[in-house]
Amino acid sequence: MIGVTVDHLDAISLLAEAKDGSRRSLARLLSLIQSGDSLAIDAVQNPPTSRSLGITGPPGAGKSVLTDRLASALSDRGCRVAVLCVDPSSPVSGGSLLGDRMRMEESGADERIYVRSVATRDAVGSLPFRLSAMADALAHAGHDSILIETAGVGQTELGIVSITDHVLLVEGPERGDIIQAEKAGILEMADIVVVNKADLPGAEQAASDLRSGLEFGRGSTVPILLVSALNRTGVVELVETIENLSPSLTISSMRWRLRLLESLQQTLLSDNRFEDLVRQLGDGEVSLEQAINELLQPEDA
Amino acid sequence: MTRLRIVVAKPGLDGHDRGAKVVARALRDAGHEVIYTGLRRTPEEIVRIAEDEDASIVGLSSLSGAHAFLFPRVCKLLNEAGLGDVVVFGGGIIPQADRPTLYESGIRGIFGPGTPTEEILSFLDEVVERRAKGSPCGVGEGGDWRHS
Repeated sequence: MIGVTVDHLDAISLLAEAKDGSRRSLARLLSLIQSGDSLAIDAVQNPPTSRSLGITGPPGAGKSVLTDRLASALSDRGCRVAVLCVDPSSPVSGGSLLGDRMRMEESGADERIYVRSVATRDAVGSLPFRLSAMADALAHAGHDSILIETAGVGQTELGIVSITDHVLLVEGPERGDIIQAEKAGILEMADIVVVNKADLPGAEQAASDLRSGLEFGRGSTVPILLVSALNRTGVVELVETIENLSPSLTISSMRWRLRLLESLQQTLLSDNRFEDLVRQLGDGEVSLEQAINELLQPEDA
Repeated sequence: MTRLRIVVAKPGLDGHDRGAKVVARALRDAGHEVIYTGLRRTPEEIVRIAEDEDASIVGLSSLSGAHAFLFPRVCKLLNEAGLGDVVVFGGGIIPQADRPTLYESGIRGIFGPGTPTEEILSFLDEVVERRAKGSPCGVGEGGDWRHS
């Protein structure tokens, strides 16, 4: 940020410029939001209506290529598409290698689409803090379709459900542990399931395993689609399915639950006493219970 | 330490990105956020990526000999897009004879094969220092500073 004139850092004017179509101002606004600038976060409250879709799944399922094809297809249908691609930060160096663009050949070359790579930074799980506010900023800038691709997740990481309107779960055909589908987790929260790499053997079987896993759970009618993002088969059907999704009201309380938990975590991590208590815990000076009690007191007390 | 957002890009048609990946990794290990573009990006795409990603540094890698055309083109487009404060460095097989022209187009550092990654990190330290002092180092900021 050094070397940038002060007026460029003003969140309100950045937002106004982003609304007028300045990509650079939008980019700077997103940086401010992610770094926790409260003026920028406040500025993007009450965004205009947009549709957001979380794209999640295990590492190697093909999320990036699928996101790429989906972004292109939505853009071809006249949507103004923005993509947030999440990759983990190194817990050791704090740095991050954000490589999703390597696999985003179509949307990367398409200037209608805004793509932003986002590192998880100091978040504990697979989602960076303030991702919702970043999505809101994109909506303010006129994007009506917002795709958020998560880092590779396990079956219990549900965070994305609290951020986007709908969630698409991507699975691959070659996953030997697909029987895990019968366990509770992200599968139950997904609005659409895609078995990607449908050009490979085993895709039909995987889809059928997922179907029986889901039906066993709650008599679900969640669509399960076979797609080959690589060969671009099934993408049009996927877009149509996404466009026909209705708001998933049943999980709205679940969503608020997760949102509240996420905000609480953020609040705790930005509390001045947090790191100090971590140290005291490590030194055996306080118990976990004492630490929690202290954190729940107002900071000035 | 200042955490920088750095785009590491492969302009043009050459398909060799080992060097670019080694650099990207070293920068990540030094605590920076590195956006790697993948192969065969046009100068226009690279500039848009730098803009969308709010990157303050762009590293270009070329091993095909097309650097003499592609690197200055990226610099020119960055300036035209109002991104003259972005710092550009280059790497790959860049003959000495080609370097003065590249420096003239605004590139601030050129790192050939075998350069220890520490040297690139010290280049970035220098950039951060210069920015703090308000000394020119961006691609469109003029002056004759270059890493040596």
